[in-house]
Amino acid sequence: MDAATDAELVARCRGGDETAWDELVDRYARYVYAIAARVYRLGPEDAEDVFQEVFARVFERLETLRDDDALRPWIAQTARNCCVDSLRRAGREIAVEDVPEDADEGLDRLDEALTVHAALERLPADCREILDRFFRRDESYRTISADLDLPAGTVASRIARCLTRLRDALETGRNPPPPASGEKVAERR
Amino acid sequence: MTPEEHIGLALRALPTPPMGWVEAAKELPAARRELETILERIERDAQLRERAVADLEAMLRSEGVEPTPVIVAHLRRRLES
Repeated sequence: MDAATDAELVARCRGGDETAWDELVDRYARYVYAIAARVYRLGPEDAEDVFQEVFARVFERLETLRDDDALRPWIAQTARNCCVDSLRRAGREIAVEDVPEDADEGLDRLDEALTVHAALERLPADCREILDRFFRRDESYRTISADLDLPAGTVASRIARCLTRLRDALETGRNPPPPASGEKVAERR
Repeated sequence: MTPEEHIGLALRALPTPPMGWVEAAKELPAARRELETILERIERDAQLRERAVADLEAMLRSEGVEPTPVIVAHLRRRLES
């Protein structure tokens, strides 16, 4: 099943569907965290405050969002504002030069990364799991091999195959291509 | 850099936030309901309002509400408005 679009999630949130809110938080948690911790380089406490404040603002002001498809840029702008507020609260005079010079570039990279993550969520479970373990959790071949009871060579080849599928999914839009003949895509667990 | 390497970098670009942060954000709808309940009581009960103005966190604790930063900030805004 395809994941809901942002506009669909927003509409469901407005209708009081709390599972939609959970999905929205899951979809954007890494993005908001990366803006605070990587782009604006806030410390853990400030990053946590910003993280919670961003989602609180989004929750409270969802009714004011004019274009439901513009959720991502709206969250990004909210996160930027909260980060700058946080830097100000820390007693720093915020001038243009105080904002990390590469903030815009950093945000562009995160936007691209979010698109890749969204495509990952549309892949079969075995691909999601192995790519998540290797790239997002930074697990070694050895750990993955032991946890999933696979030979190390199979881990490497499966990562390569799943990366190719992810690349194809990005190129073809919302739907990943069907499995190649004989390809095992069953849920592992 | 191959497209696959580029994708790998993108996957690494978004770190996983601590689970507790995510769970707290997911609890916002429930927290909002709790807030509305306590605000209604504050509007009806002058004594409770005095306690809220004097020491918001203590009042919340005594009423069985965890004074998270989000709840406290929201209540302060509403009390000041």
